[in-house]
Amino acid sequence: MKDVSTPAKGLIYAGLGFIALLQLLPFYFGLTTASKPKTDLTSPWVFPGEIHWANFQTAMQQGNILQAIGNSALVTLVSTVLVCVLGAFTAYPLARRITRGNQLVYACIISLIMIPPLSVLVPLYTLMKDLGGLNTHWGIIVLMVTGNLPLAVFLYTAFMRSLPVSIEEAATVDGAGPLQVLFRIVFPMLRPVTATVAILAGVGIWNEFALSTYFLRTDETRTIAPAVAGFFASQGSNPGAAAAASLVSVVPVLLAYLFLQRSFIKGMVAGSLK
Amino acid sequence: MTVTRTPHPTDTVSLVAPGRRRRSRTSSIFPRRLDWFYVPALVLFAVFSIYPLISGVSLSLTNWNGYSRSKAFIGFDNYLRLLDDEVFRTALVNTLIYGVGSTIIQQVLGLGLAVVLDRVVRGASLLRAVIYLPVMVSPVVLGTMYYLIFRYNNGALNDLRAVFGAEQVAWLSDATVGITVIVIVNSLQFVGISMVIYLAGLQGVPTEYYEAAQLDGATWWQSFRSITLPLLQPAFATSIVLNLIGGLKLFDVVQVLTGGGPGHSTHSVSTLIGETYFSNQAAGYSAAIGVVLFVLIVAATFVLNSLLSRKRVEL
Repeated sequence: MKDVSTPAKGLIYAGLGFIALLQLLPFYFGLTTASKPKTDLTSPWVFPGEIHWANFQTAMQQGNILQAIGNSALVTLVSTVLVCVLGAFTAYPLARRITRGNQLVYACIISLIMIPPLSVLVPLYTLMKDLGGLNTHWGIIVLMVTGNLPLAVFLYTAFMRSLPVSIEEAATVDGAGPLQVLFRIVFPMLRPVTATVAILAGVGIWNEFALSTYFLRTDETRTIAPAVAGFFASQGSNPGAAAAASLVSVVPVLLAYLFLQRSFIKGMVAGSLK
Repeated sequence: MTVTRTPHPTDTVSLVAPGRRRRSRTSSIFPRRLDWFYVPALVLFAVFSIYPLISGVSLSLTNWNGYSRSKAFIGFDNYLRLLDDEVFRTALVNTLIYGVGSTIIQQVLGLGLAVVLDRVVRGASLLRAVIYLPVMVSPVVLGTMYYLIFRYNNGALNDLRAVFGAEQVAWLSDATVGITVIVIVNSLQFVGISMVIYLAGLQGVPTEYYEAAQLDGATWWQSFRSITLPLLQPAFATSIVLNLIGGLKLFDVVQVLTGGGPGHSTHSVSTLIGETYFSNQAAGYSAAIGVVLFVLIVAATFVLNSLLSRKRVEL
């Protein structure tokens, strides 16, 4: 630290450390509560002498947490891939053929970012019921793709516009068709923006709760966020099991964050800034 | 990634303008049939975004209960009912508190953290990662863990108070305290977003400015006020829009921590929509609240975008 006196330095580190600690505390209490039996009434500040695994077992068996993680993995994977593919396809003509009509289409798609999911809960639920999409994975996948696609189109379009046209031009002169140009030339150049889109959509869909809590109500289809919330609500007298379920459900995201921390933060910022 | 840039000779934009010969060349590289690529997405949006918006407005003009086959057109009765609905008014006020309260805390704390982290040499990336961590976690999960802090029996906060001999508080059974807790939890969870936005903004401030100010004998506070703050304007705009819109849409934390209770005192508009539809079977009325939420978000976005500069931070 430049030009800061030693006591000021100490104060700064103390403040930063305090906030960082505050951010970690909930996880610490989750950990201590999850590893104590229900009969252990010691404070959550106290770490247990030995770890009690029964809460994790209860979470797995009664809370169907493993099944929910599997469901979330499926929904997140399929939705994220669809968001990336559809996003890139949709953005291409919008980035390369800037006609008045396409500008209008683009503006309409971008303005969809504003719609809060809950504001259309009644009509959306009714529509899904009519289509037979309630309590199905395809139903929630369709909703997740629709919800995440506008931002993806925005990011892909901005990125494609920053790519030089000359490469596509050269390929066309050499006789490549539009599909060939798209698959062979354009798609390989999209890796950085695809990482951003995939991280934003993937984390958002894994954590999604507002819609999935209403649209997925069977144990077989429920994803992780509504499963944890439901289990938490049903375990009023057993917070240890609820904490165990919560902890298990963050492991996948935490692992991904640990390994891809830099691109996670960068991706999230890029997504939010545009 | 910038949207605006200087036109390049091979740009579509400049190719379209000059003359017919060049235009035909562009359209051979990017023929009209390329537009088919966005048709699948448009179909998806038409069915699952636009149609629900329209059908939501039309449902909001009925007395539908959500399951029966019959529903009657009742005009603007649902909207008139909203005006005298104490529960809705509370939810609307709460939503504004959640939005504005979180936004203020996040700006102050986020900017403070960014300014300090920007000058810290050792441990900066670790601290940044830890402070940012909750952003990645589902608010549902964080809510269950915060419940362990704020619950009455065996809650971490009450245990801490007991050490100092203070009385136990039922944090989540009181409306005012419940609302405060929700604002704090939401602010802390997403303060990392403001922090990294401000960090990106600070890194864009040329160091020469500070050096020049220092030569002129400016104090730290003086250069902060007249160099840093004005140059952070785009970062302010971005962060405020993001935090306020997120706060106005708040659903997860409320649902998990208080479920809108005690009574209906901590509901946000979003959680009220769910409860009105599924617990009270008032689908038409719930649809009307949904329309209000939509209008609120759109209005907030437009007002903010015209108040704050539309310029955004470049990464």
